[in-house]
Amino acid sequence: MREIVIISGKGGTGKTSLTGAFAHLAANKIICDLDVDAPDLHLLLRPAREREEEFHSGHEARIDPERCDRCGLCASMCQFGAVREDQQGFTVDPLRCEGCKVCVAFCPAEAIRFPEKHCGQWYVSSTRLGPLVHAQLIPGAENSGRLVMVLKQQARELAKDRGAGLILCDGAPGIGCPVISSLSGTHLAVAVTEPTPSGRHDLERVAGLCGYFQTAFAVIINKCDLNPDEAARIEAFCRDWSYPVLARLPHDPIVTRAMIQGLVVTELPETDFSRALRQSWTRVEELANRIG
Amino acid sequence: MIVSVASGKGGTGKTTVAASLAAVWGGSLLAVDLDVEEPNLHLFLHPSIEGNETAHMTVPVVDEARCTYCRACSDLCQFKAISVMPQLILTFPEMCHGCGGCMAICPEKAISPGQRELGEISWGEAGTAGFLMGRLRIGEAMSPPLMRQVKAKLNQMIAARGGDAIIDAPPGVSCPAVNAVIDSDVIILVTEPTPFGFYDFKLAWEAFAPFGKPMGTVVNRAGLGTDDIYRFCRDKRLPILAEIPFDRVIAEAYAHGRIIAEVSPELRETFVSLRGKIRDLAECCRPREAVHA
Repeated sequence: MREIVIISGKGGTGKTSLTGAFAHLAANKIICDLDVDAPDLHLLLRPAREREEEFHSGHEARIDPERCDRCGLCASMCQFGAVREDQQGFTVDPLRCEGCKVCVAFCPAEAIRFPEKHCGQWYVSSTRLGPLVHAQLIPGAENSGRLVMVLKQQARELAKDRGAGLILCDGAPGIGCPVISSLSGTHLAVAVTEPTPSGRHDLERVAGLCGYFQTAFAVIINKCDLNPDEAARIEAFCRDWSYPVLARLPHDPIVTRAMIQGLVVTELPETDFSRALRQSWTRVEELANRIG
Repeated sequence: MIVSVASGKGGTGKTTVAASLAAVWGGSLLAVDLDVEEPNLHLFLHPSIEGNETAHMTVPVVDEARCTYCRACSDLCQFKAISVMPQLILTFPEMCHGCGGCMAICPEKAISPGQRELGEISWGEAGTAGFLMGRLRIGEAMSPPLMRQVKAKLNQMIAARGGDAIIDAPPGVSCPAVNAVIDSDVIILVTEPTPFGFYDFKLAWEAFAPFGKPMGTVVNRAGLGTDDIYRFCRDKRLPILAEIPFDRVIAEAYAHGRIIAEVSPELRETFVSLRGKIRDLAECCRPREAVHA
């Protein structure tokens, strides 16, 4: 069984549109949206939910005003500035509370409760392109890395049950906790970049991250024609580090057209873009199968 | 006034808008990059960096000679950063959130503060504006601790130089994005009128609306896609402060590292007008003090 994750560093380079097309081209796979913070793949796949579960993670402190004797120890110990004092007494700002339990443990009046936090939902769905494991973090919530791990675990179990040979994942932008979680157990990370200063800068950092975690790394350059000089610099970077460049795709409005219709680009009449994308999938698969 | 430029979806044009606003702002301004995972603002503002420092988090170091393996620390730790076995104690500094609980609770005073490197904070000047950025160490999972330190530096710099700050925020709607906008006076949401842009825009609105801060929208790549965003903004009384047209010339200028406000007089006017509208938005929504006769 192979696990491939599509990442980018910079947002908006085309990760989700490409993952959608790869989901169309790949046989016998489980599709997984690991961008739990701002997931978009479902807009292309239009899933029918078969299973829905709540995601609880961590706790948050809540001060009971009846029991609080206003000593202020919680506020002085909190490293996150989450405890506020006003005329009504002390309260915890849930947006700043890290869930560390220090205030709960040290409160002499035992006035602080520590309920579990409901951070989001996760789903197993069926789509016209195959089974989809996905989630939605509650906007403003945290612990996206743990939710990513839950989704990966579910995808692996589903792949085993259904005899799928591949888990294809849409990743999150950035290099922080959800991206790090999405790399664990992954055979190949494919980064979608664009020839802009930000695209190249962020590609270099996400390549560094994959190096740090020893995940095999390959590159697709999208919107190649926006700045050929920058595209050449990306090619040179990939050559220097021996990262395979699996495709060079032109800037094509077909991506937005497909999105508006709730389809993936390879379901529309073929253009140069979708032809190149189709060929790149063959290369992604070959590469993923070569990796031990 | 602190203005944060946020988005929900990545790649909608946060940095484009933040850099262009910085270019037309005038007066005393600090341009701040809080997208510490993938900071890009410097690629457009080309600041001269005058100083930098390494940011650290305080993590536990155990003196095993004093440890009695009582487990008070590991029972308290919510992040699995300390594990105690019958005759062995292990720390996992990369899991630590820096709450200091283990050091405070240890009855033997066997835990002292050590350091984990979070990344780097740098500052300098970009033209007439001040510049400040954080850059997360590759491999570091948590961006909010570094962001908190960049914000502390922001407050110091604003206290010293006065004026306004523009924050380039990270994408998404979870803890990093919330951390970037939570201490600002005005939130600008940059979006594009595509289905992905609209979906993530709604998430961003849901995440940020409870803060009760003045908020407005910039529609980038206007003319592309659908008009859902315009309907949503009307329903939620969210003002559309500017529209940047969908134009290959703009995309190419961006791809060459240019500041969009400097591409044409019309685009410059778009950002000058946006600056005025942001100031009006901050003014009209500022909590009023009681009026005395």
